[in-house]
Amino acid sequence: MKLRLSLLFQWETLLVLLIIVTILIGSSVSGAFLTGQNVSLATADLVEKAIMALGLTLVIVAGEIDLSVASVLGLSSAIVGALVDTGAPLGVAIAAALVAGALCGLFNGLLVANLGLPSLVVTLGTLALFRGLAYVVLGDRAVSEFPLGFTDFGFATVPGTLIPWTAVVFAVLAVITFVVLHRSWIGRDVYAIGNNEHAARFSGVEVGRLKIGLFVSSGTLAALAGVVFTARFASARPDNALGFELDVVTAVLLGGVSIFGGRGTVVGVVLALLLIGALRNLLNLEDVAAEKQSIVIGTLLIVSVIATNALRGMQERTARRRPAGPQAEASTEGGG
Amino acid sequence: MTKRISSVLVALLLALALGVTACGDDDDGGGNGGGGGGGGGAAETQGANVAFLPKQVDNPYFDTAAEAAARQLGGEFKQVGPSEASAPAQVPFINTLTSQGVDAIAVSANDPNALNQALKRADQAGVKIVTYDSDVAPEARAVFVNQADTEQIGRSQVQILGEQISYKGEIAILSAASTATNQNAWIEFMKDELSKSKYKDMKLVKVAYGNDDDQKSFQETLGLIQAYPNLKGIISPTTVGIAAAARALDSEGLKGKIALTGLGTPNQMRKYVKNGTVEEFALWDPEKLGYLAYYAAAALANDQITGEEGETFKAGDLGEKRIEKDGVVILGPPTRFNKENIDDFDF
Repeated sequence: MKLRLSLLFQWETLLVLLIIVTILIGSSVSGAFLTGQNVSLATADLVEKAIMALGLTLVIVAGEIDLSVASVLGLSSAIVGALVDTGAPLGVAIAAALVAGALCGLFNGLLVANLGLPSLVVTLGTLALFRGLAYVVLGDRAVSEFPLGFTDFGFATVPGTLIPWTAVVFAVLAVITFVVLHRSWIGRDVYAIGNNEHAARFSGVEVGRLKIGLFVSSGTLAALAGVVFTARFASARPDNALGFELDVVTAVLLGGVSIFGGRGTVVGVVLALLLIGALRNLLNLEDVAAEKQSIVIGTLLIVSVIATNALRGMQERTARRRPAGPQAEASTEGGG
Repeated sequence: MTKRISSVLVALLLALALGVTACGDDDDGGGNGGGGGGGGGAAETQGANVAFLPKQVDNPYFDTAAEAAARQLGGEFKQVGPSEASAPAQVPFINTLTSQGVDAIAVSANDPNALNQALKRADQAGVKIVTYDSDVAPEARAVFVNQADTEQIGRSQVQILGEQISYKGEIAILSAASTATNQNAWIEFMKDELSKSKYKDMKLVKVAYGNDDDQKSFQETLGLIQAYPNLKGIISPTTVGIAAAARALDSEGLKGKIALTGLGTPNQMRKYVKNGTVEEFALWDPEKLGYLAYYAAAALANDQITGEEGETFKAGDLGEKRIEKDGVVILGPPTRFNKENIDDFDF
């Protein structure tokens, strides 16, 4: 156990170093990079992706994946827009969007847990399905008339500081996710499933139910991200956050979460989010087109998978050389 | 376990470091300051660092003469923007320009409401806001550079089409996005014009939305042709739409059967005017629109104007311009293009 922790610590250290390097390069390249205004805006730009990454972290640690998150965001935004447009109170619209997100997650979870379908295929399908539903809900329209308090929330900062309120929402959720994954029985079971699903099942973990729960939480968080997105852009459109899953999956894997399950920490994911946010922001400041930025993010995704795998390889070798006990051995097997 | 705690500590320290710098210096991004002004006539407009944010970047309509204006004034110019015309795609650009500390942003909004918060925040950071071509809420910008009077544009398109189809038959409108500010305002005036007794035999059967996407506009035109076999005319008040509709009518061999008019650029429409698919259409000169927007932005950035009604500023080749009610500056009446004059224009 000690061995695993120390190696993870190294991965996180690497991320911290990369962030520092990015900041150093950023501040030397662009005078605007390290200003309060910019850090504040860049943080706000990250929040929706960050909220989705939290839910996805749990799913991936359990050895599954949820590619539908950005589409759930779009559907949630469409629902908020459609309801507000028909005159429904904002609270009702938000609640409906969150329920819809939970149902989307439930749908994913049931297909994965009860029918035993691979989550990659299921959520690839629902990526298209939920986006399509968003178009059904809102059609080709866009709703941009919201109560002022709502859109103000999207842009407002904590009084006296430059910290966006939406970032506070994320921080609270991150702490909750941290506690759930690292300090509760749920987290222990999630790691157990991710490491070896059969073993977890035989040792009494309710694998199916837990997986459904993870997908529901991922869907709900994505819907919440949709509410935040709608507020921040004052725009409900069915194509909101199209393609965001790339950044979200990248952040989680770059954060050191193994795509095969069983490994990863919330701290790592938060650091990876900061790194991606800083990189994207710097590229924006240098007027690099968003389309070209995907080259950087895509490369980062591949590098992060290779790097974590290489690290794991080293880990296995050191584990064999040293008599580290059965725990270290078990934790390197990886689930499937 | 201690190591994990220390890693959390490192992360916290980093966040703190970011926070501290966050409270640090703020680029005041000021322009060349003062610049005179006041007195009777307007002072010479001076240069500034102005960024243009069009609805989308790969639309030839937005290749304006703003850069020429920047050269005349010795100011800076850059144009950034999304590849698809959506308001959420414009917000990050506003944020980035705010961070970069430009003196002024000239934006053509994809949505009348969605950009307001981001623009207000830019304004708080000292960036002057000008809208051109397509406006936002008046409180979110200082000046709106309007291509022409909204009412005049809307009514004139119905008048042109009426002349072409002898005020008789079913007509349709092919618009941009259903939320497009300008198009919706014009369509309102089109409907009002159509309600006059002169047009009692003209019937508006459908408003279709091509989203300023060439493919979609083409498909929507074909859809109109199929759904309304008695269709006599189409108005497309958007440059992307009218070009796609002209191509659709041309390829379906409907020249002379369905009349088409609206707002287009001479270069996109030349072929169809010459082969008779389109008789006459209208537009202001978009190049001059950008030119005027640059001058307005520069005058704002140098505190020569504030956007109050009655203020004037010098706009280079366009002479002195006056700010009307609600901070609107009008470029001038639209030009009509037909076989006789289209070769005089190149944009």
